[in-house]
Amino acid sequence: MTDTDFRAETRAWLEANCPPEMRQPVESDGDVCWGGRKWRFKSDAQKIWLERMAAKGWTVPEWPKAYGGGGLSRDEAKILAQEMQAIGARSPLSSFGIWMLGPALLKYGNEAQKCEHLPKIARGEIRWCQGYSEPGAGSDLAALRTSAVLEPGSGSGPGGDHYVVNGQKVWTSYADRADWIFCLVRTDPAAPKHLGISFLLFDMESEGVSTSPIKLISGYSPFCQTFFDDVRVPKENLMGEAGKGWDIAKYLLTHEREMIGGMDFAATGRDALHQLAKTALGDAIPGLLRADIVRHEIDALAFGLTMERVKDEAKAGQGVGALSSMLKYYGTEVNKQRQELIMAINGSDSLLWEGDTKHEGDMAKSWLRSRANSIEGGTSEVQLNIIAKRVLQLPGA
Amino acid sequence: MPLVLNDEQRMVKDSADGFFASEAPVSQLRKLRDEKHADGFDRGLWAKMAEMGFAGVAIPEQFGGAGLGMVAAGLIQEAIGRNLSLSPFLSSAVLSATILARGGSDEQKAALLPKMAAAELIVALACDEAARHTPAHVATRAEAAGNGFRLSGTKTFVLDGHVADKLIVAARTSDAEDEAVGITLFLVDPKLAGVSVSRKILVDSRNAAIVVLDGCQVDGADVIGEVGGGYTLLEAALDAGRACLAAEMLGVAAQSFATTVDYLKQREQFGQKIGSFQALQHRAAHLFCEVELARSATLRALQALDAGEDRAPFYVSLAKAKAGEVAKLATNEAVQMHGGIGMTDDYDIGFFMKRARAAGETFGDTAFHGDRLATLMGY
Repeated sequence: MTDTDFRAETRAWLEANCPPEMRQPVESDGDVCWGGRKWRFKSDAQKIWLERMAAKGWTVPEWPKAYGGGGLSRDEAKILAQEMQAIGARSPLSSFGIWMLGPALLKYGNEAQKCEHLPKIARGEIRWCQGYSEPGAGSDLAALRTSAVLEPGSGSGPGGDHYVVNGQKVWTSYADRADWIFCLVRTDPAAPKHLGISFLLFDMESEGVSTSPIKLISGYSPFCQTFFDDVRVPKENLMGEAGKGWDIAKYLLTHEREMIGGMDFAATGRDALHQLAKTALGDAIPGLLRADIVRHEIDALAFGLTMERVKDEAKAGQGVGALSSMLKYYGTEVNKQRQELIMAINGSDSLLWEGDTKHEGDMAKSWLRSRANSIEGGTSEVQLNIIAKRVLQLPGA
Repeated sequence: MPLVLNDEQRMVKDSADGFFASEAPVSQLRKLRDEKHADGFDRGLWAKMAEMGFAGVAIPEQFGGAGLGMVAAGLIQEAIGRNLSLSPFLSSAVLSATILARGGSDEQKAALLPKMAAAELIVALACDEAARHTPAHVATRAEAAGNGFRLSGTKTFVLDGHVADKLIVAARTSDAEDEAVGITLFLVDPKLAGVSVSRKILVDSRNAAIVVLDGCQVDGADVIGEVGGGYTLLEAALDAGRACLAAEMLGVAAQSFATTVDYLKQREQFGQKIGSFQALQHRAAHLFCEVELARSATLRALQALDAGEDRAPFYVSLAKAKAGEVAKLATNEAVQMHGGIGMTDDYDIGFFMKRARAAGETFGDTAFHGDRLATLMGY
């Protein structure tokens, strides 16, 4: 099929299948569909939209059809995204399974794991969370201590059929609402720290798993502490080889970083800052604030073009590589600056915390939430370390 | 349009990078400066640039040029920025060629463009009158006289004015001093009575002239484009020049950065390479990102000019503003990270900082282009 035909067909299908309600801008967290066993659809339209898109494989347009994907080429996926944007269609499904685990599963998972997990991710049936950070392993992630020990075998074999997991994770996003976890565990305490780590998948309903939400400065609790107390995990749930988990972790992090760095720029209908300022202040804007806004817009526009160029170069096989750290670092710093300026533009109105209407407090909460952007998924300082080491090849200390 | 170079553009890039590195490295700039060269550039190099098709890059093929467009011109000027090569490329091959190719009469084009592409004729643009770039501020008057006009006024910062065979002068034929309307462009022979050109050597070892017009008489046939309609042409040429300056500053920034990263890997203090210190690593990594942003903005601007997009001025100002800031940061960081040696004339890095300063200032600095960007966004 030519791209023109595909575009026409896609447009017609979206027109016929995207419920009108799903073409309205996202207004609150409840408008974003995360799926999973515990998910309660906000409306029939949200449910129908997910089901129809999943049936086409278009929740994950570029994944192979065999695993619940759409089997689209990159160009076709771009057309689908453009056509969805044209009618203001919401994303049918937001999911760490799609953004983070899926790409890693496709690369490192065995056939049984791909067949078991990918279709459920694509259909929004299982919601995943990420078990990475620990109280003693933040920026120094490889220092993690959560252990997974293979049970002793009953006979003369090398071991039993289950790992027993003990330890604690922190900053586990939405652990209290997730069904399964992909988790970094230490399987070989004697090996050098990067080489003793393995990548385990398990059900959050397993006995011995408990979670406790962490309240943040924004008032939100998107993160949890997660505790593992003798959790038994079948050994076939090990992804990749034992001791090779760090490679998978790094691969997955590049996807996470691109996601976090680009999040705010990919959002449809993102108003340029100067438009917000114009609406709020008209011409009565202090010169220095206007200058700050213009400088921010210059950086934001140049960053947006850089995201575009990185994608175009990758497609043309001209990429510089190792750029996810750049996108993560710069994108989050620019977004933090944007939130700071939104507060300044709105003056004392931006300070509202509680009120009668549902949007009161949004600005302050978004501002506070954005402070985490340059911490989560590897701090800005860690990204700069990675650029210095991998891209610039500067000597180690 | 994807933000990547096509095959033709990659060939231009490869040949420009190789050419300027071998034919016009920083040592040539140093030599020309030290001997106070009368032209301020090497005419042999300029002739070779014509042979390579560089001098005619923005001139249509029917007038002897290569007709390769602005992305190609930007790639050439980026290589110029990496090597700080001296030539009248910006003044004649970009600015003046753009004005003549767009607005010149058939006679003007036939008479001038082939010679410009062959590096046999240098044409310089006399536009600015104030120290800070304000293109619509034109006080130079052109009064109807004889079968043409009589020009009076003073033009400043005329790039390569002292070696120009012809000048393109913006003068006011009507309306008030700061209006965009009423400006007309004239071809002026600097040897005419009533024209005096004085060379000024700038901090970056390049040249700009002050051109005083004292009742200089030009013919009606010397008008370029419409009487009173010169500003549109001027802006088009300035945008071409600004985008190429962004590309040059990208080259300046990228080369300073590369030199600095090399130095961080060699220089030892406290018994270790200074590049192992995180205080310097983070600044270098940040600079890497900034240079990449400047590259994206610059390529987008050059592509927009080639495609004739309505939004081209917007992207040009974005590129000039961003690349200007990045070149300033990159060269200042370069000098700082080199420490004492960075302050010496013997070492090349200072030349890069000087050029970044001058190129940033030329045809609008970040404040000018930030303001223009905001105005174009209706803000």
